[in-house]
Amino acid sequence: MTNLAAIFLSAMLVNNFTLVLFLGLCPFLGVSAKVGTALRMGAANVFVLTVTSLTASFLNAYVLVHAPYLRLISFIVVIASLVQIVEMAVKKLSPTLFRELGIFLPLITTNCAILGLAIFQTNRSYGVWEGLAFALGAGAGLTLALVLMASIRERIELSDVPSVARNMGIVLILAGSLSLAFMGFAGLLTS
Amino acid sequence: MSPRVTSPSEDFVRGIWRENPVLVQLLGLCPALAVTNSVANALAMGLATFFVLMGSSLLVSSAKRIIPGEVRISAYILIIATFVTIADMTLAAVVPEIHKALGAFIALIVVNCMILGRQEAFASKRPVGRAALDAAGTGIGFIIALTMIGAIREVLGNGTFLGVPLFGPDFAPWIVMILPPGGFFTMGVLLLGFAWWEERGEEPVKPRGWRVPVTRQASEAAIPAGSAGATGGER
Repeated sequence: MTNLAAIFLSAMLVNNFTLVLFLGLCPFLGVSAKVGTALRMGAANVFVLTVTSLTASFLNAYVLVHAPYLRLISFIVVIASLVQIVEMAVKKLSPTLFRELGIFLPLITTNCAILGLAIFQTNRSYGVWEGLAFALGAGAGLTLALVLMASIRERIELSDVPSVARNMGIVLILAGSLSLAFMGFAGLLTS
Repeated sequence: MSPRVTSPSEDFVRGIWRENPVLVQLLGLCPALAVTNSVANALAMGLATFFVLMGSSLLVSSAKRIIPGEVRISAYILIIATFVTIADMTLAAVVPEIHKALGAFIALIVVNCMILGRQEAFASKRPVGRAALDAAGTGIGFIIALTMIGAIREVLGNGTFLGVPLFGPDFAPWIVMILPPGGFFTMGVLLLGFAWWEERGEEPVKPRGWRVPVTRQASEAAIPAGSAGATGGER
Protein backbone atom coordinates (compact mmCIF):
# COMPACT_ATOMS: atom_id res chain seq x y z
CA MET A 1 0.00 0.00 0.00
CA THR A 2 2.84 2.39 0.85
CA ASN A 3 4.31 1.46 -2.50
CA LEU A 4 1.12 2.52 -4.27
CA ALA A 5 1.02 5.80 -2.34
CA ALA A 6 4.65 6.44 -3.23
CA ILE A 7 3.95 5.83 -6.92
CA PHE A 8 0.96 8.16 -6.77
CA LEU A 9 2.84 10.98 -5.04
CA SER A 10 5.89 10.57 -7.21
CA ALA A 11 3.85 10.82 -10.42
CA MET A 12 1.83 13.76 -9.11
CA LEU A 13 4.51 15.95 -7.50
CA VAL A 14 8.11 14.79 -7.72
CA ASN A 15 7.98 13.75 -11.36
CA ASN A 16 5.06 15.91 -12.39
CA PHE A 17 4.35 14.97 -16.00
CA THR A 18 4.01 18.50 -17.28
CA LEU A 19 6.41 20.59 -15.25
CA VAL A 20 9.25 18.14 -14.68
CA LEU A 21 9.00 15.59 -17.51
CA PHE A 22 7.68 17.97 -20.21
CA LEU A 23 4.86 15.65 -21.22
CA GLY A 24 1.58 17.11 -22.42
CA LEU A 25 2.79 20.62 -23.06
CA CYS A 26 0.35 21.33 -25.90
CA PRO A 27 -2.80 21.34 -23.73
CA PHE A 28 -0.78 22.92 -20.91
CA LEU A 29 -0.07 25.95 -23.09
CA GLY A 30 -3.23 25.74 -25.19
CA VAL A 31 -6.16 25.36 -22.80
CA SER A 32 -4.78 27.00 -19.68
CA ALA A 33 -6.44 30.38 -20.21
CA LYS A 34 -9.44 29.76 -17.91
CA VAL A 35 -9.58 27.78 -14.66
CA GLY A 36 -12.91 26.10 -15.46
CA THR A 37 -11.80 24.80 -18.83
CA ALA A 38 -8.45 23.74 -17.42
CA LEU A 39 -10.18 21.72 -14.70
CA ARG A 40 -12.41 19.91 -17.18
CA MET A 41 -9.53 19.28 -19.56
CA GLY A 42 -7.70 17.77 -16.59
CA ALA A 43 -10.70 15.54 -15.84
CA ALA A 44 -10.84 14.32 -19.45
CA ASN A 45 -7.12 13.56 -19.25
CA VAL A 46 -7.49 11.66 -15.96
CA PHE A 47 -10.15 9.47 -17.55
CA VAL A 48 -8.13 8.73 -20.68
CA LEU A 49 -4.99 8.10 -18.60
CA THR A 50 -6.76 5.63 -16.31
CA VAL A 51 -8.33 3.62 -19.12
CA THR A 52 -5.06 3.68 -21.08
CA SER A 53 -3.18 2.33 -18.08
CA LEU A 54 -5.64 -0.55 -17.66
CA THR A 55 -5.54 -1.38 -21.36
CA ALA A 56 -1.76 -1.16 -21.47
CA SER A 57 -1.50 -3.59 -18.53
CA PHE A 58 -3.78 -6.00 -20.35
CA LEU A 59 -1.91 -5.68 -23.64
CA ASN A 60 1.45 -6.13 -21.93
CA ALA A 61 0.30 -9.21 -20.06
CA TYR A 62 -1.50 -11.08 -22.80
CA VAL A 63 -0.68 -9.76 -26.26
CA LEU A 64 2.69 -8.06 -26.42
CA VAL A 65 4.63 -10.91 -24.81
CA HIS A 66 4.30 -12.59 -28.18
CA ALA A 67 5.12 -9.57 -30.34
CA PRO A 68 7.04 -6.87 -28.43
CA TYR A 69 7.86 -4.90 -31.61
CA LEU A 70 4.16 -4.08 -32.01
CA ARG A 71 4.13 -2.23 -28.67
CA LEU A 72 4.18 1.32 -29.95
CA ILE A 73 1.70 0.66 -32.75
CA SER A 74 -0.81 -1.16 -30.57
CA PHE A 75 -0.60 1.49 -27.81
CA ILE A 76 -1.26 4.32 -30.21
CA VAL A 77 -4.22 2.49 -31.79
CA VAL A 78 -5.75 1.89 -28.36
CA ILE A 79 -5.26 5.52 -27.35
CA ALA A 80 -6.71 6.85 -30.60
CA SER A 81 -9.86 4.73 -30.21
CA LEU A 82 -10.22 5.72 -26.54
CA VAL A 83 -10.02 9.40 -27.37
CA GLN A 84 -12.59 8.89 -30.10
CA ILE A 85 -14.97 7.38 -27.51
CA VAL A 86 -14.34 10.20 -25.02
CA GLU A 87 -14.92 12.75 -27.77
CA MET A 88 -18.27 11.22 -28.70
CA ALA A 89 -19.29 11.03 -25.03
CA VAL A 90 -18.37 14.65 -24.34
CA LYS A 91 -20.13 15.84 -27.50
CA LYS A 92 -23.28 14.04 -26.38
CA LEU A 93 -23.16 14.88 -22.66
CA SER A 94 -21.83 18.44 -22.64
CA PRO A 95 -21.85 20.34 -25.96
CA THR A 96 -20.57 23.46 -24.16
CA LEU A 97 -17.47 21.69 -22.92
CA PHE A 98 -17.04 20.15 -26.38
CA ARG A 99 -16.96 23.61 -27.93
CA GLU A 100 -14.64 25.02 -25.23
CA LEU A 101 -12.07 22.27 -25.59
CA GLY A 102 -12.24 22.54 -29.36
CA ILE A 103 -9.31 21.06 -31.24
CA PHE A 104 -7.57 20.08 -28.00
CA LEU A 105 -9.99 17.23 -27.34
CA PRO A 106 -9.05 15.13 -30.40
CA LEU A 107 -5.46 16.24 -29.78
CA ILE A 108 -5.43 14.22 -26.54
CA THR A 109 -4.46 11.44 -28.95
CA THR A 110 -1.21 13.20 -29.67
CA ASN A 111 -0.77 14.22 -26.04
CA CYS A 112 2.58 12.75 -25.13
CA ALA A 113 1.43 12.31 -21.53
CA ILE A 114 -0.93 9.49 -22.51
CA LEU A 115 1.51 7.50 -24.61
CA GLY A 116 4.28 8.40 -22.17
CA LEU A 117 2.29 6.86 -19.34
CA ALA A 118 1.83 3.60 -21.24
CA ILE A 119 5.54 3.45 -22.11
CA PHE A 120 6.84 4.36 -18.64
CA GLN A 121 4.48 1.83 -17.10
CA THR A 122 5.85 -0.86 -19.39
CA ASN A 123 9.49 0.12 -18.84
CA ARG A 124 9.06 -0.04 -15.07
CA SER A 125 7.02 -3.28 -15.36
CA TYR A 126 4.19 -2.06 -13.15
CA GLY A 127 1.31 -4.40 -12.41
CA VAL A 128 -2.35 -3.47 -12.77
CA TRP A 129 -2.70 -1.73 -9.39
CA GLU A 130 0.64 0.05 -9.59
CA GLY A 131 -0.27 1.18 -13.09
CA LEU A 132 -3.57 2.50 -11.83
CA ALA A 133 -1.89 4.46 -9.03
CA PHE A 134 0.61 5.79 -11.55
CA ALA A 135 -2.18 6.88 -13.93
CA LEU A 136 -4.18 8.60 -11.19
CA GLY A 137 -1.09 10.36 -9.89
CA ALA A 138 -0.09 11.49 -13.35
CA GLY A 139 -3.62 12.71 -14.03
CA ALA A 140 -3.77 14.58 -10.74
CA GLY A 141 -0.40 16.15 -11.51
CA LEU A 142 -1.50 17.22 -14.99
CA THR A 143 -4.69 18.73 -13.62
CA LEU A 144 -2.78 20.50 -10.85
CA ALA A 145 -0.34 22.00 -13.33
CA LEU A 146 -3.15 23.07 -15.68
CA VAL A 147 -5.17 24.69 -12.91
CA LEU A 148 -2.16 26.47 -11.39
CA MET A 149 -1.21 27.84 -14.78
CA ALA A 150 -4.77 28.90 -15.58
CA SER A 151 -5.10 30.71 -12.24
CA ILE A 152 -1.93 32.68 -12.91
CA ARG A 153 -2.98 33.48 -16.47
CA GLU A 154 -6.36 34.77 -15.28
CA ARG A 155 -4.45 37.21 -13.08
CA ILE A 156 -2.12 38.19 -15.89
CA GLU A 157 -5.10 39.26 -17.99
CA LEU A 158 -5.41 42.25 -15.67
CA SER A 159 -1.77 43.23 -15.47
CA ASP A 160 0.32 45.33 -17.78
CA VAL A 161 2.55 42.86 -19.63
CA PRO A 162 5.16 44.31 -22.02
CA SER A 163 3.97 43.93 -25.59
CA VAL A 164 6.81 41.57 -26.59
CA ALA A 165 5.67 39.09 -23.96
CA ARG A 166 1.96 39.17 -24.94
CA ASN A 167 2.10 35.82 -26.71
CA MET A 168 3.67 32.67 -25.36
CA GLY A 169 6.83 34.25 -23.95
CA ILE A 170 5.38 35.16 -20.59
CA VAL A 171 3.57 31.82 -20.31
CA LEU A 172 6.80 29.88 -20.77
CA ILE A 173 8.66 32.01 -18.24
CA LEU A 174 5.79 31.39 -15.81
CA ALA A 175 5.93 27.68 -16.54
CA GLY A 176 9.63 27.84 -15.73
CA SER A 177 8.92 29.43 -12.38
CA LEU A 178 6.24 26.84 -11.61
CA SER A 179 8.64 24.10 -12.59
CA LEU A 180 11.27 25.63 -10.32
CA ALA A 181 8.75 25.47 -7.49
CA PHE A 182 8.07 21.81 -8.24
CA MET A 183 11.80 21.08 -8.04
CA GLY A 184 11.29 21.68 -4.34
CA PHE A 185 9.44 18.36 -4.12
CA ALA A 186 12.55 16.53 -5.29
CA GLY A 187 13.54 15.44 -1.78
CA LEU A 188 10.03 14.28 -0.85
CA LEU A 189 10.58 10.62 -1.74
CA THR A 190 13.96 9.03 -1.37
CA SER A 191 13.46 6.06 -3.68
CA MET B 1 -2.31 26.33 -44.55
CA SER B 2 -4.09 27.03 -47.80
CA PRO B 3 -2.94 24.91 -50.72
CA ARG B 4 -1.73 27.90 -52.70
CA VAL B 5 0.90 27.58 -55.37
CA THR B 6 4.41 27.63 -53.98
CA SER B 7 7.80 27.25 -55.58
CA PRO B 8 9.98 24.25 -54.67
CA SER B 9 12.56 26.44 -52.97
CA GLU B 10 9.82 28.09 -50.91
CA ASP B 11 8.59 24.67 -49.77
CA PHE B 12 12.08 23.89 -48.56
CA VAL B 13 13.07 27.19 -46.96
CA ARG B 14 9.75 27.88 -45.23
CA GLY B 15 10.14 25.27 -42.51
CA ILE B 16 13.70 26.26 -41.69
CA TRP B 17 13.10 29.78 -40.52
CA ARG B 18 9.91 31.70 -41.24
CA GLU B 19 7.61 28.85 -40.19
CA ASN B 20 10.08 27.10 -37.94
CA PRO B 21 8.08 24.31 -36.25
CA VAL B 22 9.39 24.90 -32.74
CA LEU B 23 10.33 28.56 -32.54
CA VAL B 24 7.44 30.03 -34.53
CA GLN B 25 4.63 27.48 -34.58
CA LEU B 26 5.33 26.08 -31.11
CA LEU B 27 4.83 22.49 -32.29
CA GLY B 28 6.74 19.58 -30.88
CA LEU B 29 7.62 21.44 -27.72
CA CYS B 30 7.75 18.33 -25.54
CA PRO B 31 10.89 16.84 -27.10
CA ALA B 32 12.29 20.33 -27.74
CA LEU B 33 12.38 20.99 -24.01
CA ALA B 34 12.75 17.51 -22.56
CA VAL B 35 15.91 16.20 -24.22
CA THR B 36 17.80 19.42 -24.90
CA ASN B 37 19.94 19.46 -21.75
CA SER B 38 22.97 18.71 -23.93
CA VAL B 39 23.84 19.38 -27.56
CA ALA B 40 24.52 15.71 -28.29
CA ASN B 41 21.07 14.64 -27.07
CA ALA B 42 19.43 17.49 -28.97
CA LEU B 43 21.19 16.52 -32.20
CA ALA B 44 20.30 12.84 -31.82
CA MET B 45 16.67 13.71 -31.17
CA GLY B 46 16.64 16.10 -34.13
CA LEU B 47 18.11 13.51 -36.48
CA ALA B 48 15.71 10.79 -35.33
CA THR B 49 12.76 13.14 -35.83
CA PHE B 50 14.12 14.16 -39.24
CA PHE B 51 14.25 10.52 -40.30
CA VAL B 52 10.70 9.81 -39.12
CA LEU B 53 9.32 12.97 -40.72
CA MET B 54 11.04 12.27 -44.04
CA GLY B 55 9.98 8.61 -44.12
CA SER B 56 6.34 9.27 -43.25
CA SER B 57 6.05 12.24 -45.61
CA LEU B 58 7.34 10.15 -48.50
CA LEU B 59 5.04 7.25 -47.68
CA VAL B 60 1.95 9.38 -47.01
CA SER B 61 2.51 11.38 -50.16
CA SER B 62 2.92 8.25 -52.29
CA ALA B 63 -0.07 6.53 -50.75
CA LYS B 64 -2.38 9.55 -50.62
CA ARG B 65 -4.71 8.13 -53.29
CA ILE B 66 -5.34 4.85 -51.48
CA ILE B 67 -5.82 6.25 -47.94
CA PRO B 68 -9.56 6.83 -47.37
CA GLY B 69 -10.36 10.32 -46.10
CA GLU B 70 -12.31 9.16 -43.04
CA VAL B 71 -9.47 7.20 -41.47
CA ARG B 72 -6.59 9.27 -42.74
CA ILE B 73 -5.40 10.48 -39.33
CA SER B 74 -5.25 6.93 -37.98
CA ALA B 75 -3.44 5.84 -41.12
CA TYR B 76 -0.88 8.65 -40.72
CA ILE B 77 -0.30 7.76 -37.08
CA LEU B 78 0.24 4.10 -37.95
CA ILE B 79 2.75 5.06 -40.65
CA ILE B 80 4.55 7.38 -38.23
CA ALA B 81 4.56 4.72 -35.50
CA THR B 82 6.14 2.25 -37.92
CA PHE B 83 8.99 4.64 -38.72
CA VAL B 84 9.47 5.47 -35.05
CA THR B 85 9.75 1.78 -34.22
CA ILE B 86 12.45 1.50 -36.90
CA ALA B 87 14.30 4.55 -35.51
CA ASP B 88 13.96 3.26 -31.94
CA MET B 89 15.41 -0.14 -32.77
CA THR B 90 18.19 1.32 -34.94
CA LEU B 91 19.30 3.75 -32.24
CA ALA B 92 19.21 1.01 -29.60
CA ALA B 93 21.46 -1.14 -31.78
CA VAL B 94 23.89 1.52 -33.05
CA VAL B 95 24.25 4.08 -30.23
CA PRO B 96 22.96 2.45 -27.03
CA GLU B 97 24.21 5.26 -24.73
CA ILE B 98 22.28 7.95 -26.56
CA HIS B 99 19.24 5.68 -26.78
CA LYS B 100 19.41 5.32 -23.02
CA ALA B 101 19.78 9.08 -22.45
CA LEU B 102 16.78 9.89 -24.62
CA GLY B 103 14.75 7.16 -22.94
CA ALA B 104 11.05 7.13 -23.71
CA PHE B 105 11.29 10.27 -25.80
CA ILE B 106 12.33 8.33 -28.91
CA ALA B 107 9.06 6.40 -28.72
CA LEU B 108 7.24 9.66 -28.07
CA ILE B 109 8.22 10.98 -31.51
CA VAL B 110 4.97 9.26 -32.55
CA VAL B 111 2.95 11.94 -30.83
CA ASN B 112 5.06 14.89 -31.99
CA CYS B 113 2.31 17.13 -33.37
CA MET B 114 4.74 18.64 -35.86
CA ILE B 115 5.02 15.38 -37.81
CA LEU B 116 1.29 14.69 -37.93
CA GLY B 117 0.73 18.34 -38.82
CA ARG B 118 3.00 18.16 -41.88
CA GLN B 119 1.23 14.99 -43.09
CA GLU B 120 -2.21 16.55 -42.77
CA ALA B 121 -1.28 20.00 -44.06
CA PHE B 122 1.19 19.16 -46.78
CA ALA B 123 2.23 15.59 -47.62
CA SER B 124 -1.34 14.36 -48.11
CA LYS B 125 -2.02 16.97 -50.81
CA ARG B 126 1.22 17.37 -52.72
CA PRO B 127 3.42 15.28 -55.04
CA VAL B 128 6.19 13.14 -53.54
CA GLY B 129 9.07 15.45 -54.47
CA ARG B 130 7.48 18.49 -52.86
CA ALA B 131 6.59 16.50 -49.75
CA ALA B 132 10.24 15.47 -49.46
CA LEU B 133 11.40 19.09 -49.79
CA ASP B 134 8.89 20.22 -47.19
CA ALA B 135 9.87 17.42 -44.81
CA ALA B 136 13.55 18.26 -45.27
CA GLY B 137 12.97 21.95 -44.55
CA THR B 138 10.80 21.32 -41.52
CA GLY B 139 13.16 18.65 -40.24
CA ILE B 140 16.18 20.94 -40.58
CA GLY B 141 14.25 23.71 -38.84
CA PHE B 142 13.52 21.30 -35.99
CA ILE B 143 17.18 20.30 -35.74
CA ILE B 144 18.26 23.97 -35.72
CA ALA B 145 15.79 24.85 -32.98
CA LEU B 146 16.75 21.87 -30.83
CA THR B 147 20.47 22.49 -31.24
CA MET B 148 19.99 26.14 -30.38
CA ILE B 149 18.12 25.35 -27.16
CA GLY B 150 20.54 22.53 -26.38
CA ALA B 151 23.56 24.79 -26.91
CA ILE B 152 22.24 27.53 -24.65
CA ARG B 153 21.36 25.05 -21.92
CA GLU B 154 24.59 23.06 -22.11
CA VAL B 155 26.90 26.09 -22.28
CA LEU B 156 25.23 27.85 -19.36
CA GLY B 157 24.27 24.82 -17.31
CA ASN B 158 27.39 22.75 -17.70
CA GLY B 159 30.03 25.10 -19.11
CA THR B 160 30.64 22.76 -22.05
CA PHE B 161 29.73 22.49 -25.73
CA LEU B 162 29.42 18.91 -27.03
CA GLY B 163 31.35 17.91 -23.93
CA VAL B 164 34.29 20.29 -24.56
CA PRO B 165 34.83 22.67 -21.61
CA LEU B 166 34.49 26.29 -22.70
CA PHE B 167 35.30 28.22 -19.55
CA GLY B 168 38.12 27.98 -17.06
CA PRO B 169 37.83 26.02 -13.83
CA ASP B 170 36.43 29.10 -12.08
CA PHE B 171 33.14 28.92 -13.97
CA ALA B 172 30.23 28.07 -11.69
CA PRO B 173 27.64 26.28 -13.87
CA TRP B 174 24.03 27.45 -13.71
CA ILE B 175 22.68 24.08 -12.66
CA VAL B 176 19.12 25.28 -13.14
CA MET B 177 19.63 25.47 -16.90
CA ILE B 178 20.05 21.70 -17.29
CA LEU B 179 17.17 21.02 -14.89
CA PRO B 180 13.59 21.14 -16.24
CA PRO B 181 12.97 24.84 -15.34
CA GLY B 182 15.92 25.81 -17.53
CA GLY B 183 14.13 24.36 -20.55
CA PHE B 184 11.09 26.55 -19.97
CA PHE B 185 13.23 29.62 -19.27
CA THR B 186 15.39 29.15 -22.38
CA MET B 187 12.37 28.69 -24.61
CA GLY B 188 10.60 31.66 -23.02
CA VAL B 189 13.58 33.95 -23.44
CA LEU B 190 14.02 32.81 -27.06
CA LEU B 191 10.36 33.62 -27.75
CA LEU B 192 10.72 37.02 -26.09
CA GLY B 193 13.77 37.64 -28.24
CA PHE B 194 11.94 36.74 -31.44
CA ALA B 195 8.92 38.84 -30.50
CA TRP B 196 11.24 41.76 -29.81
CA TRP B 197 13.04 41.20 -33.13
CA GLU B 198 9.75 41.22 -35.06
CA GLU B 199 8.37 44.23 -33.25
CA ARG B 200 11.58 46.14 -33.83
CA GLY B 201 11.17 45.74 -37.59
CA GLU B 202 7.64 47.11 -37.65
CA GLU B 203 6.73 50.76 -37.78
CA PRO B 204 5.72 51.61 -34.21
CA VAL B 205 2.55 53.37 -35.34
CA LYS B 206 0.08 52.11 -32.78
CA PRO B 207 1.81 50.22 -29.98
CA ARG B 208 -1.05 48.69 -28.08
CA GLY B 209 -1.75 50.14 -24.66
CA TRP B 210 0.36 53.25 -25.16
CA ARG B 211 -1.51 56.51 -25.11
CA VAL B 212 1.28 58.97 -25.82
CA PRO B 213 2.40 59.30 -29.42
CA VAL B 214 5.87 57.84 -29.66
CA THR B 215 8.65 58.44 -32.09
CA ARG B 216 10.67 55.61 -33.55
CA GLN B 217 13.64 56.29 -31.30
CA ALA B 218 11.52 56.40 -28.20
CA SER B 219 9.86 53.07 -28.92
CA GLU B 220 13.16 51.43 -29.72
CA ALA B 221 14.62 52.66 -26.49
CA ALA B 222 11.59 51.53 -24.52
CA ILE B 223 11.17 48.03 -25.85
CA PRO B 224 14.56 46.55 -24.90
CA ALA B 225 14.08 47.97 -21.43
CA GLY B 226 10.93 45.88 -21.11
CA SER B 227 12.73 42.69 -22.11
CA ALA B 228 16.11 42.97 -20.51
CA GLY B 229 16.49 39.21 -20.46
CA ALA B 230 15.81 38.82 -24.18
CA THR B 231 19.39 39.09 -25.34
CA GLY B 232 19.71 35.33 -25.52
CA GLY B 233 17.40 35.25 -28.52
CA GLU B 234 19.43 37.49 -30.74
CA ARG B 235 21.79 34.90 -32.11
